Amino acid sequence: MIPNQARGPAIQVQGLQKSYGKLHVLRGVDFDVARGSIFALLGSNGAGKTTIVRILSTLLKADAGTASVHGFDVAKQPANVRESISLTGQFAAVDEILTGRENLVLVAQLRHLKNPGKIADDLLERFALTDASARKVATYSGGMRRRLDIAMSLVGNPPVIFLDEPTTGLDPQGRIEVWQSVKELAGRGTTVLLTTQYLDEAEQLADRIAILHEGRIIVNGTLTELKQLLPPAKVEYVEKQPTLEDVFLAIVGADSNGDARNVGSDK
Amino acid sequence: MTNHFFGDTAVLTRRSLRHITRSLDTIITTVITPIAMMLLFVYVFGGAINSGMDSYVDYLLPGILLITIASGIAYTGFRLFLDMKSGIFERFQSMPIARSSVLWAHVLTSLVANLISVVVVVLVALLMGFRSGAGLAAWLAVAGILTLFTLALTWIAVIPGLSAKSPDGASAFAYPLIFLPFISSAFVPTETMPGPVRAFAENQPVTSIVNAIRNLFTQQPVGTHIWIALAWCVGILIVAYAFAISIYRRKIS
Repeated sequence: MIPNQARGPAIQVQGLQKSYGKLHVLRGVDFDVARGSIFALLGSNGAGKTTIVRILSTLLKADAGTASVHGFDVAKQPANVRESISLTGQFAAVDEILTGRENLVLVAQLRHLKNPGKIADDLLERFALTDASARKVATYSGGMRRRLDIAMSLVGNPPVIFLDEPTTGLDPQGRIEVWQSVKELAGRGTTVLLTTQYLDEAEQLADRIAILHEGRIIVNGTLTELKQLLPPAKVEYVEKQPTLEDVFLAIVGADSNGDARNVGSDK
Repeated sequence: MTNHFFGDTAVLTRRSLRHITRSLDTIITTVITPIAMMLLFVYVFGGAINSGMDSYVDYLLPGILLITIASGIAYTGFRLFLDMKSGIFERFQSMPIARSSVLWAHVLTSLVANLISVVVVVLVALLMGFRSGAGLAAWLAVAGILTLFTLALTWIAVIPGLSAKSPDGASAFAYPLIFLPFISSAFVPTETMPGPVRAFAENQPVTSIVNAIRNLFTQQPVGTHIWIALAWCVGILIVAYAFAISIYRRKIS
């Protein structure tokens, strides 16, 4: 079903501009994303990351410039683009009143796939949601919602996936769960465009990182290339303190037997 | 992608119908006010109102049905607003579907939800002594007018549903619509009202719709009422639809 037009980069963006009134959000954005790679768009709030994602997913028209996804022009062939992509927006776009399984079946039906039930069951298992499949999504935790959200984006195996700030608002465990899902995706050959404001997230996941600042891409490269922009590292000896996140995960994440721990009480 | 329009609309309508069957409270809150009003007017005020008909509940029901629909479409706006807010609207719009089916699913769901509410209110009215000798054709005509009225108000509801900034904004538009029947022939004959009020009451849409339905229920000739009623419904429908679609186009451009 998915049109197989593309050679070359999965995403090509050239001279993209967008203004809202006098506010120039994008002032000429250029970048390419290689097939099967994870590309992170890094920027602070309001840098224009979401605007780029909305243009690429045919929800918004650019004022100037061109963009193509999977070989299709987003302005001229939007229907083909929609066949080739999935969007996971900033807020988990799941239906709270339906169950997890019903959400997946719904997306499979809308993508006109055969056997929506089987597709749903496979994805539920892959994202460790089988036990919760018959529960209303309203009862899910933030991490589970996000996992379901990403699972919904994978229905029909679109070759390109947009993840707009996939871990914003998640607790550390939820964040790690999502990271694992994203890594697994790229392992299967899906191209992922990820936006984030967390530097460590880009560092963890991305093959290439672009920094969006004041409507332009100011840096674009691999993590190693980006590190070379700074003076060579100086060797210093610093005692490694565990971060609060390390402590939190060690206590909460490692054992889930539910015993309350009281730090320092029996040590 | 228009070849998927009917299939996609069916899938999405089934989805939003589940919202109604799983939270029946929306039906209950829709019907509770019209039923309370019906009780109040029939058993408290009704005795003092000279409606010119033997049974006041027979006189009152048409207006109560319009109030039921006016309060029901507040939820249509609200459900659409929630879809916009939660991002699921954008998810659907970024998928290879017939895009307008997202809107039509809400419209069809609104029709079904209001149909359920209207049936509940009619059943309560029957318990309170409402009787009609109307035949099948008259009942079908009543159903047709109410469907057209629901469609017209539903497209009005789509406008704030797409553009509201808060849940209250998405449903507040319904209050004036709920209030409109009070200044009409729904509760009392318009002849008793002072000049300007009477002029307003007799020339606003509710009066002609109420009179048409009442005449159908009581097997009176519907006369010009029904044509004025239909003209109002179709007119509102066309204007609201044009408005809603232009806002929708701007949202998905």
